[in-house]
Amino acid sequence: MEKFHLFPPEASSTAQQVDWIYFALTALTFLICAIVFLPIIFFAIKYRTGSTADRSNPRVESILIESGWTIVPLVIFIGLFGWGAIVYFHIERPPRDALQVQVVGKQWMWKLQHAEGKSEINELHLPVGRAVTLTMTSQDVIHSFFVPAFRVKQDVVPGRYTSEWFKPSKPGEYHIFCAQYCGTHHSGMIGRVLVMEPIDYEHWLSTGQSTESIVLAGERLFRERGCSGCHSLNSKFHAPLLDGVFGKPALLEGGNIVTADERYMRDSILLPGKEIARGYQNIMPSYTGQLSEEEIMQLIAYLKSIGNQNPPGESK
Amino acid sequence: MKSATEVDLQTEGQMARTHYLNVDLGVKSWLLTTDHKRIGILYLCTILIFFVIASVAAALMRLELLTPQGDLVTSETYNKLFTVHGVLMVWFFLIPSIPAVLGNFVLPMMIGARDVAFPKLNLFSWYLFVAGGALALWSLIRGGVDTGWTFYTPYSTTYANSHVISMAAGVFVAGFSSIITGMNFMTTTHQMRAPGLTWFRLPLFVWSLYATSLILVLATPVLAITLALMSVERFWGVGIFDPKLGGDPVLFQHLFWFYSHPAVYIMILPGMGVISELITCFSRKQIFGYGFVAAASMAIAILGFVVWGHHMFVSSQSVYAGMVFSILSFLVAIPSAIKVFNWTATLHKGSISFQTPMLYALGFIGLFTIGGMTGLFLATLAVDVHVHDSYFVIAHFHYIMVGGMVMAFMGGLHYWWPKITGRLYPEFAGKLAAMITFIGFNLTFFPQFILGYLGMPRRYHAYPPEFQLFNVLSTAGASILGIGYLLPLIYFLWSLKFGRVAGPNPWRATGLEWQTASPPLKHNFKETPIVTGKPYAYSAQEDADLNLATV
Repeated sequence: MEKFHLFPPEASSTAQQVDWIYFALTALTFLICAIVFLPIIFFAIKYRTGSTADRSNPRVESILIESGWTIVPLVIFIGLFGWGAIVYFHIERPPRDALQVQVVGKQWMWKLQHAEGKSEINELHLPVGRAVTLTMTSQDVIHSFFVPAFRVKQDVVPGRYTSEWFKPSKPGEYHIFCAQYCGTHHSGMIGRVLVMEPIDYEHWLSTGQSTESIVLAGERLFRERGCSGCHSLNSKFHAPLLDGVFGKPALLEGGNIVTADERYMRDSILLPGKEIARGYQNIMPSYTGQLSEEEIMQLIAYLKSIGNQNPPGESK
Repeated sequence: MKSATEVDLQTEGQMARTHYLNVDLGVKSWLLTTDHKRIGILYLCTILIFFVIASVAAALMRLELLTPQGDLVTSETYNKLFTVHGVLMVWFFLIPSIPAVLGNFVLPMMIGARDVAFPKLNLFSWYLFVAGGALALWSLIRGGVDTGWTFYTPYSTTYANSHVISMAAGVFVAGFSSIITGMNFMTTTHQMRAPGLTWFRLPLFVWSLYATSLILVLATPVLAITLALMSVERFWGVGIFDPKLGGDPVLFQHLFWFYSHPAVYIMILPGMGVISELITCFSRKQIFGYGFVAAASMAIAILGFVVWGHHMFVSSQSVYAGMVFSILSFLVAIPSAIKVFNWTATLHKGSISFQTPMLYALGFIGLFTIGGMTGLFLATLAVDVHVHDSYFVIAHFHYIMVGGMVMAFMGGLHYWWPKITGRLYPEFAGKLAAMITFIGFNLTFFPQFILGYLGMPRRYHAYPPEFQLFNVLSTAGASILGIGYLLPLIYFLWSLKFGRVAGPNPWRATGLEWQTASPPLKHNFKETPIVTGKPYAYSAQEDADLNLATV
């Protein structure tokens, strides 16, 4: 039998916040158990059959007592809810300046790619002290990306993007588990996060075979897969230009407005007829089955990178 | 022969001359019976089979988890084991346990009725249950299912290579048995109460069965729809849940938990009702706060319908939906807390004796309190993100389902055993088993809270070595728990022939079911009883005086 722990390492900026709530809940549990168990033991001894304890005038109801043990827990519970919700809100909202990592889950491995282009399988190298956002999807069933040391977990769902962020606070090696049952080798879908000093991370990033960054890969795909044939100034087809589109409201045929986010981009590539930009025809072919999940993510990363540029031909 | 009435005969230590068990003999008289008491026993025998199979699956899982490597069975087998354990325990043991066995047996007697409102439907619902169970066993024999009891899509619809549809069909069919039983109980409670038995004179077990029936009738159809949609996608490839076919996998989770969270209350409310009967009887006290305990059952049943999203905090559900489900989940804990406090207050100034049913009842309060409090960890959004789908969840719901419902079922079974069979189980063996169960249970499941917070995910066939210590403790506990369940099986069977004759009311309890012979007549009562007062008319003072006088 190896080393064992009672408590997981606290290795992210949010781990401690979660643990404080956990400690508070544990203390409350002990308190409530004491409030219930001690009287039970006391009554069980004092009022056991055959004891001579005074049993006259037993009470069988009291609005005051009932209200007391309804309202006091209620107030405590609302407080706990609020505390948990505030930290949850923090866990669910990634900061803007975070490092970006793309994650694709499949039976039964994790494929990860850094923005700079370096890919890994079942391992994630990160610098300490920098926030990281994972943008995740699955190419088959639902998985869940769980790093106990960071106290974060998020389901990885096919057909949509989910995100998860954390800021590693301590160098070391930590488990990655798939937490959502995903089939035969579910318990083998594990990996590790390697949190390194920033200088070691830079070194790690620059070694190995050189790769193109995710944005550059996306730009190349945009050309090679024929996207630029239509989505460009000198196209003979009437297709929208995609510079300056990402992240902004998009007006659709029929008058609806949606945000041109990752979901919208993904759907527009795979199900182009679903939400047609206003003023355009439904002429784009679907890319379902033509692009891997990684390639779609790279294309979106490229579209995101040109999201802040003004469309060519338009004055500032 | 003596010409006394049955009840008189019993006080002389003999069994009643004719009763529901010997009025007709032969297999046919059982398979075609419409007697609610016999149907209760049919259910008892049936769910026992499923309990044993599901327990063997659990034992194999615990043995596998003794070592970190997956070395006893293959991953595929392990996945099938936890699926079988979950499916059988939830739908073929826990859900029918107290309602269909104890509820069927005592509900009509508790309200002074000859039978349930629809006796033939009652028998039909047992046949449906058997048919559903047979389908489930058939899927098991053909090779089993590996989706987990939750059948999450798109794994269950597109990727699993196991007998998903026949297993789902089994659950689907058994669901109709639940619906019919629920409807039958509700109608019975509305229509067949004895004269004078007003709603607020009903025993609390009847209230809890009524609340349970409400959930059975309203939630189970959603399960049927969900499983049907899943099978349609799996069989015909119609895109409902799989995004590759244009479906939404998270929609399945919403539908599934819309049934399955209320189902959790199907698996605890009847247990709470039993505990109210036991605590009052063995402390010789009226229940403290009758109205609050009864209303709490209804509040749990209703609020239980609007908390399903707390199973989905990390599923990609909206953050704001998560917040709504979180606060509602805290609210549903309030009526449960009210019950626990009222049971505790009932003991005050009682005359408490510690027969086996009372030991189970006190064990229930302890384990349910821990189970309920750890539920708050899961309702707290930020903590749930960490412990969701970990062993913490496993420990929590076993504290409720096993520590709560199974303890209550065992307590109730011991309590009504003399009524069911006319004979007493051996008291010493009973107390011993209750204590072994309590110790074994805690040793099995308490370490899993620690494992869960450490981060061990559920449904893992192999795990990192640093989790081993707590897994070893848990497996050791499971072997003790096994003995705790095996003992009653042995002495209950023994008592059928050798148990002391119980007499009509061995516990000096006040419920109407104790005013008839043990075992009861075919139609329960010679004359319809008339109710003139509140339930639980116990007097601890009188009891104490009586005891002092006899010492």
